[in-house]
Amino acid sequence: MRQVAIYGKGGIGKSTTTQNLVAGLAEAGKKVLIVGCDPKADSTRLMLHAKCQTTVMDLARERGGVEELELSDVLLTGYRGVKCTESGGPEPGVGCAGRGVITAINFLEENGAYTPDLDFVFYDVLGDVVCGGFAMPMREKKAQEIYIVTSGEMMAMYAANNICKGIVKYAVSGGIRLGGLICNSRKVDKEYELIAALADKLGTHLLHFVPRDNVVQRAELKRMTVIEYEPQAGQADEYRTLARKISENKNMVIPNPLTMEELEELLITYGFMDAEEEAAAAAKA
Amino acid sequence: MKTTEVKGFIEELLKAYPEKARKNRAAHLMVKEAEPAGCAMPDTVPDTLTDNGAPNCGACAIKSNVKSIPGVMTARGCAYAGSKGVVWGPIRDMVHLSHGPVGCGYYSWSTRRNLAQGKPGVDNFVPFQFTSDFQEKDIVYGGAQKLEEICREIKGLFPEAKGISVQSECPIGLIGDDIEASAKLMQNELGMPVIPVRCEGFRGVSQSLGHHIANDSIRDHVLGKGKLPDPGPYDVAIIGDYNIGGDAWASKKIIEEMGLRVVAMWSGDGQIETMKLTHAVKLNLIHCYRSMNYIARHMEEEYGIPWMEYNFFGPTKIEASIRAIAARFDDTVRENAEKVIAKYRPSVDAVLAKYRPRLDGKKVMLYVGGLRPRHVIGAYEDLGMELIGTGYEFGHADDYQRTIPQVKEGTVIYDDATEYELEELVKGLRPDLVAAGIKEKYVFQKMGFPFRQMHSWDYSGPYHGYDGFPIFARDMDMAVNSPTWKLVKAPW
Repeated sequence: MRQVAIYGKGGIGKSTTTQNLVAGLAEAGKKVLIVGCDPKADSTRLMLHAKCQTTVMDLARERGGVEELELSDVLLTGYRGVKCTESGGPEPGVGCAGRGVITAINFLEENGAYTPDLDFVFYDVLGDVVCGGFAMPMREKKAQEIYIVTSGEMMAMYAANNICKGIVKYAVSGGIRLGGLICNSRKVDKEYELIAALADKLGTHLLHFVPRDNVVQRAELKRMTVIEYEPQAGQADEYRTLARKISENKNMVIPNPLTMEELEELLITYGFMDAEEEAAAAAKA
Repeated sequence: MKTTEVKGFIEELLKAYPEKARKNRAAHLMVKEAEPAGCAMPDTVPDTLTDNGAPNCGACAIKSNVKSIPGVMTARGCAYAGSKGVVWGPIRDMVHLSHGPVGCGYYSWSTRRNLAQGKPGVDNFVPFQFTSDFQEKDIVYGGAQKLEEICREIKGLFPEAKGISVQSECPIGLIGDDIEASAKLMQNELGMPVIPVRCEGFRGVSQSLGHHIANDSIRDHVLGKGKLPDPGPYDVAIIGDYNIGGDAWASKKIIEEMGLRVVAMWSGDGQIETMKLTHAVKLNLIHCYRSMNYIARHMEEEYGIPWMEYNFFGPTKIEASIRAIAARFDDTVRENAEKVIAKYRPSVDAVLAKYRPRLDGKKVMLYVGGLRPRHVIGAYEDLGMELIGTGYEFGHADDYQRTIPQVKEGTVIYDDATEYELEELVKGLRPDLVAAGIKEKYVFQKMGFPFRQMHSWDYSGPYHGYDGFPIFARDMDMAVNSPTWKLVKAPW
């Protein structure tokens, strides 16, 4: 069983990418569990064709404590037998969502959610690593490999670099490794080159460049992954490729996070240079 | 022991520390040197001794009110202890809710022995322990709903309660619960004060910040909220007497016999209903300066009410304090003061005649909190005992400025002493009595030293006033002259 955690800036497409690639793994016959580590509980919607209604924390709250829960209450089965569970947690602005993630993961572990027949466990983790709770999947005996979803936008790269700092901390004490960057394209200029260069600087690789395609949004509206909604689409093949690459990935590293200056330099090389060239070209014309 | 000898002894004990800790701790330990000219302090510290007016000739310089060194055993408490345990807890006509997991409330339940009048559950809630007993789900989802539910329950179960204070434990600050919003909501719904207190234990370096936070919350939510119907020229408030073992009652008795009227007690046997009238008094009398100088200063600035410190431990200080208080009033009060002093003189003499011969020349080492490291010195001296060391767990510079001038040359002063330092000092200075807290008690008793617990009076008291002094003298005699210690073989 490989335990994999997906991190990245909020809104970058972690949940969408995770579920689409898990659909690819499931199609290839792999047994997978998705653990949603986000109070919004939207990490399994495309698998279950509905938003998960019974999260670990919501149910624990209703019944008085996690002690009152059975695993079967919170472990649901979705597309092609993919097991799905959500930590759940409070509304924004109250309580401690990070503690909810810790409690939920401990509950799943203690109650035997991680059965030996599983090939993969995927943790889909909320936005940035804001506190210890959201680093929970990185800790000892949990995820061994991390993939960071990013795009060519400055703040997404900034977040990716920050997440690498967290990985370094837990790599020393726990043994987790960075498996690579996944670029979820926003159609930024020279995006592939930029993320490939960032990956290189971090000491990892650009695992896959997922192009932008509106079929993803259409499938989401139907609460489905692209592989289920339109299996013949080119985008479905992209996710199948990503699934295969993760399956075969042996490139596991402790990343070298960049300094702010290095990160800005990278952007200037691939971003602003481009703009200047364009401006120069426009001036010529 | 000579000053130089004691200094050498301190240097020796500091050697056990690593370099950085040694440097740090050296600044918290000192030996009183010969007083520079013009530094003598009066018997009762006048209220003119404010931060700016304090004698600050450098001889009183000792480092204080900074973070303890991680790894040492400090006797300090936390901000919650300062707010709930010291300032708010003794107010009897309201409920003090320990908001958070169960332990903070449970282990601070009744430990300070703040006595209070009234019928438990009706107009006295001091004997109770209220906790919101946080569970995992309260941390994850926030405790706002639970807090509101508890407030309603309190109103239902104890309809006579005059208010609720919400004493924040650490997790409240960590998860960012908006207790102010819940308190406001409940205050409007229940029609009584519901007061949020941000005294999370991790704030500040000791319980001292908790005192300040508690003073500020009383200032904002209690003070000035009522109107004294019949203000008079002799109205005073007792500030900073927590009625441990009945202390505040002994103090109040003297003040009333002087012809003054005690409008409010802060906060031993106190009531929110009278505390909110305190802004109408003519003079604030401060016993524990450390924990309540803040509110006294506020009343001075806001309402122009003067304040003065006094000391009701031992006849010498009691008499000086009675006269100093009376000097603030008219001839009637001054005459009353002399009558009070004369009235109690025979009983004081009897106590001295009985105990002084048994305690004369005995040496005492103190290590306590708010006011006692200086305020009880006089009481020991009345019994013929000699102070050889004293220190504060959480004192500030203004406490030491009030203390150091009062002690004799060669006295050791220790700030936020570690248990190791106290042990070494006691072994070296060999006092006849160690008077400190519960954390020290059994250590020194096992070492064969007579000990008195000076936070809660070792289940005894009162020690304040004329009622307290005979008990104080008896207790000290009981400790020092107990035959037990002759039977204990010290482990060295």
